[in-house]
Amino acid sequence: MQLNSDDKERYSRQIILKQFSEAAQQKLLQSKVLVVGAGGLGCPVLQYLAAAGVGNIGIVDDDKVSLSNLHRQVLYTTNSVGLSKAVMAVDALLALNPTITVKAFPVRIDKSNALELIKEYDIIIDGTDNFATRYLINDACVLLQKPLIYGSIYQFEGQVAVFNVKNDNGVASANYRDLFPHQPEPDEVPNCSEAGVLGVLPGIIGAMMANECIKWITGIGSLLVNKLFIYNTLSNQTYEMEVVAKEETNKLIPANEEEFKATQYSFSCEVEHTFEDVGIKDFLSLMQEEDTVVIDVREIGEKPIVTSFEHINIPMSVLKNQEQCISQKNILVFCHAGIRSVDAAKYLSNSKNKVYNLKGGIIRYNID
Amino acid sequence: MQITIITFGQIAELSSDKIILENVHDTDTLQQRLVEEYPALLNIKYAVAVDKKVISGNTAIGETSAIALLPPFSGG
Repeated sequence: MQLNSDDKERYSRQIILKQFSEAAQQKLLQSKVLVVGAGGLGCPVLQYLAAAGVGNIGIVDDDKVSLSNLHRQVLYTTNSVGLSKAVMAVDALLALNPTITVKAFPVRIDKSNALELIKEYDIIIDGTDNFATRYLINDACVLLQKPLIYGSIYQFEGQVAVFNVKNDNGVASANYRDLFPHQPEPDEVPNCSEAGVLGVLPGIIGAMMANECIKWITGIGSLLVNKLFIYNTLSNQTYEMEVVAKEETNKLIPANEEEFKATQYSFSCEVEHTFEDVGIKDFLSLMQEEDTVVIDVREIGEKPIVTSFEHINIPMSVLKNQEQCISQKNILVFCHAGIRSVDAAKYLSNSKNKVYNLKGGIIRYNID
Repeated sequence: MQITIITFGQIAELSSDKIILENVHDTDTLQQRLVEEYPALLNIKYAVAVDKKVISGNTAIGETSAIALLPPFSGG
């Protein structure tokens, strides 16, 4: 594909960069990028990608513009209030760059449409504002082997990473679940509407996401692959940490499209995975089954020390950061009086395992 | 041995001062000690980084190790 004279002029300031050149511009013009969420992060991402000449952009957002969005969602004007974000964003981007193709998907991304939407694009950008959608997009990208640019914000801090990028040997880099294996509970982490945000922060983080996207498409520079970048706008401090792709993460991600569509991401209709309360007789006999682990969730040092059957000790206080180490099909949990173990059983239950709780704890049965 | 912990997001709001712990040699102990001091941490999922590397499983903490606690952010 040859650049025409208008293209050469429009993109001249980036084409003259030695590392960039016309070849990189052609790659951008031929690329297809899906931006999910056209809010605080999505707006700057979209603006810079369209301006840079990404040839085909999809925008997924079912929300409408509200007055309280305008301090940070800079694609919209006061006249946009009440109108579809995806549609208004397309208008704004085509006014900026009418030579590219921009498509609005004014729908909520969910497990019924995510795979079809994502399949059509080369790279996905997550600018959403809730965990359910973030985990859904991550899992869909892993399943479809699409790279994912991640950004998120909290008050004065922002995080950026590039997930699921294949290296030269075809091995995928770390994804979101390598960093945070499980979705937080509802209300565990406040979002922007609850916690507040200064408009500049998503501007900075969104611009960094667009930068990573352009670098991935054109192959210049180095990406935030297997890394998480953190920026604090109050202190101007940055922090970068290494994230490693872990084998056990794969167990948390649906293995195929059917499993993906059967996974519950949204809290509102969450099906609680259940566990079973059992007495000591069943508990002892379940222990004999293959692929079984017995876990004492009491804190270190609690007495009595149980010696009458084999088990491991993962205190409740650290369980939530260790659950990825528990891959057995059958999980038996116990504690002193059977209260903490109920929480552990609830927490550990998923679609792939069977969890049993020793009802009443070891105290009921005088176990030691 | 005294380690200083860098915190982010809502974990940073748990303490107005830097979190400093003494005699912590691995991340399991670290997390237990943190929960004793900040019980709210029990209800927050977060990643732990030792020397700028996100860990999984119990990890040794050296005298000069840099520890960071990072909760996920959802805002966009």
